[in-house]
Amino acid sequence: MSLLQIDNLSMDIVSTSILRDVTLTVDPGEIVAVTGESGSGKSMTAFSVMQLLPERVKTSGSIYLDGKDLLQASEAEMCRLRGNTVGMVFQEPMTALNPVKTIGDQVTETILIHKAMSPADAKTRAREVLDRVGLPADRFPLSRYPHELSGGQRQRVVIAMAIALRPKLLIADEPTTALDVTTQAQILDLLKGLVEDFGMGLLMITHDLAVVADMADRIVVMRRGEVVERGPTRSLLAQMKHPYTRQLFEASGHQVDLPPRPEPKPLLEVKDVVRDYRLPRTRPFAPHGQFRAVKGVSFELHRGERLGLVGESGCGKSTLTRALLGLEPIQGGSITLDGEPVFSGTKPNLAVRRKMQVVFQDPFGSFNPRHRVDRLITEPFFLLDEPPTGKAREAAIGEALEAVGLTAKDARKYIHEFSGGQRQRIAIARALIIRPELILFDEAVSALDVSVRAQILDLLADLCRAYDLSYLFISHDLSVVRTVTDRVLVMKSGEIVEQGETEEVFSNPRHPYTRTLIDAAPVLPDLDALGRSLTDA
Amino acid sequence: MLNYIFKRFLSLIVSLAVASLVIFFVIEVAPGDPAQFMLGINAQPDTVAALRSELGLDVPKWQRYLGWVGGLVTGDFGTSYTYRTPISTMIADRLWVSLPLAIYALTLSTVIAFPAGIYAAARRGKGGDMAVMGATQLGVAVPNFWFAMMMVLIFAINLRWFSAGGFAGWDKGLWTGIHSLTLPAVSLALPQAAILARVMRSALLDILGEDFMRTARAKGLTRRQALWRHGVRNALIPVLTIIGLQFSFLLAGSIIIEQVFYLPGLGRLVFQAISSRDLIVVESVVMLLVFAVITVNFLVDLAYAAVDPRLRSRT
Repeated sequence: MSLLQIDNLSMDIVSTSILRDVTLTVDPGEIVAVTGESGSGKSMTAFSVMQLLPERVKTSGSIYLDGKDLLQASEAEMCRLRGNTVGMVFQEPMTALNPVKTIGDQVTETILIHKAMSPADAKTRAREVLDRVGLPADRFPLSRYPHELSGGQRQRVVIAMAIALRPKLLIADEPTTALDVTTQAQILDLLKGLVEDFGMGLLMITHDLAVVADMADRIVVMRRGEVVERGPTRSLLAQMKHPYTRQLFEASGHQVDLPPRPEPKPLLEVKDVVRDYRLPRTRPFAPHGQFRAVKGVSFELHRGERLGLVGESGCGKSTLTRALLGLEPIQGGSITLDGEPVFSGTKPNLAVRRKMQVVFQDPFGSFNPRHRVDRLITEPFFLLDEPPTGKAREAAIGEALEAVGLTAKDARKYIHEFSGGQRQRIAIARALIIRPELILFDEAVSALDVSVRAQILDLLADLCRAYDLSYLFISHDLSVVRTVTDRVLVMKSGEIVEQGETEEVFSNPRHPYTRTLIDAAPVLPDLDALGRSLTDA
Repeated sequence: MLNYIFKRFLSLIVSLAVASLVIFFVIEVAPGDPAQFMLGINAQPDTVAALRSELGLDVPKWQRYLGWVGGLVTGDFGTSYTYRTPISTMIADRLWVSLPLAIYALTLSTVIAFPAGIYAAARRGKGGDMAVMGATQLGVAVPNFWFAMMMVLIFAINLRWFSAGGFAGWDKGLWTGIHSLTLPAVSLALPQAAILARVMRSALLDILGEDFMRTARAKGLTRRQALWRHGVRNALIPVLTIIGLQFSFLLAGSIIIEQVFYLPGLGRLVFQAISSRDLIVVESVVMLLVFAVITVNFLVDLAYAAVDPRLRSRT
């Protein structure tokens, strides 16, 4: 029998079916990746192994862990297993740790709660485990608090807590989704190393097929609560049997067809922009410190061009975005759109702002839930001196909604009636409605499933063909930037370290940082080559 | 950390200064001359003038303000217009009733509210939660003076466990003092406990939904262990805020309860001083209460830092 054996697991919450006949196994020392889009039930499968499920869940089937049927186990028995035989790592490292306890206390707790060692030994073990996950004692003493650590470091603490007692099975639910690519690469390496060293089984839940292809020994593809395909990584990738698997892979590597660029004519000109933040005093009466988030950035965005801006969290790309939109004053340099300053005097220049719109990342948080769609998407009208009313307003709403693939009838609905992808379409309609010349996309497709993301990217290509738009596409996702932009800027620590034609930068990076970024990003395997190598063998 | 304390302390000093200015001038512009009031409407103008100069009412306002503030700092609150006795002794006598009463009531309220709130949060939606929530609803709704009268009826008049009113004084022993403050303290504490229990419950419920509670469960903690080890301390921040507000209220706002139980407390002192235009007493007591409120807020700020390491390291 395998280490983990899930047989015909079905799950219902009230009358909604969450999982149907899910069967999968994990052996010691094996990495099994469960992948699929949101709503596929992959996370619920993971949580059912931990038996940390919402109330009123009905399950049937069986889950055997190390020979014990977890569905028959009492809560007390499950408490003895959790953290001891099976550990878990979560998606969001920023909130996964208790903010008021030291990392030492939190790692030690896993050991002490199972009465595995004396408090002194537990402390020694906690130290060893933190060293093992790459948090050495000199920089990360046990007395550190979570808020003193970065996201990647916090994820290491969470991993340390999960492996402190050397569990036989580790479950990782989207462990790197919230992290930067370079950090992601390190955490994935760490997980792989732990599996090798301890002979643990790793059940990894992830939506990122490039990560899956890179990490997993075996893959399980899920859709709407069912397993649609499973198999060893190489053979599954080489000969995808289920159309959904193929569709997922195609969407992940989706290439859009951009219209050609017109002759270069500057639209947005950014010269030596500096953005300083005032830091709090370090001691009474000391002068305020300054933090320079954007250090003299200059670039041009041409009319009709799709420009990408990539960089990791904290590099200043969001600060720069806010400055471009005239949301915050800058401390040096100039930003002009069509020759006019974005920020005039102490307030944003409305004449310029109406030529520029933005689409944000979170399709759930960026709408007021109490307003109907027509009111939501006509918000930019306040930038106009004479906003359209009556029939003209209705016509504008209808046109904007139809341009993004919705219908005019959707105008009277509320935002909760739409899916994530549809909401992002509404966000684009909101940007489009006053016919801007430039749209900024701030991580606009990062929260979407791959198939939805592919559709939205196609929509963006169609729109810039139809409306003569220019895009500034800000993202941490290199593969997306590569397909949807003509030129790209690479930003690090407030500076643009490299810029050039997208293909040129990606295939021939000159700055070492760009190379690090590109190397760290997991890539989808070349499926044809994989197929050939398999038939040759 | 030092920087945080310093900042809080600075804001304490500034608040006190602003409050003293506001109190002094608001009361000064209120109509009614204390000398005229004390001597009655038939008094001769020169008698009134003589009393005004005796009370120090004839010097410019700003001089009187400075004199008053200077006196406050050195503990000399001046002399009551009505009773002609030093205000500091009047206040001190009353404070010996009001302060213990407030502390007593707050302790009771906390002791009742914490377990009730935690219990209700742990059994969210179940019978125990509903019972606690029902009881707190009642506690918030019933006026405390009515509740106080019911207690007098039951425990003083029928059962004769406590006296119906008055304060025995501390010189007859600690126990006698506490005993005679028990009924007022309970009547003050119960509505506060009801509010505090609700705050505790909702703060804990918010925390129970946090990711780190799930992490704690994944380590093998039972629901109860996770709640106690990871939930309660995180829920303390909003609860401390309410405790601070409640203490200020209990110190100053117990006038009705003092009236019901015939206690010589601060609330009654202010009430009497206002009705007899004893402005300097009003000013001094109000200033003292402001001082108490601001100091309590300062202590609450320090307590935040003790609970939450993020505040400690924020410079």
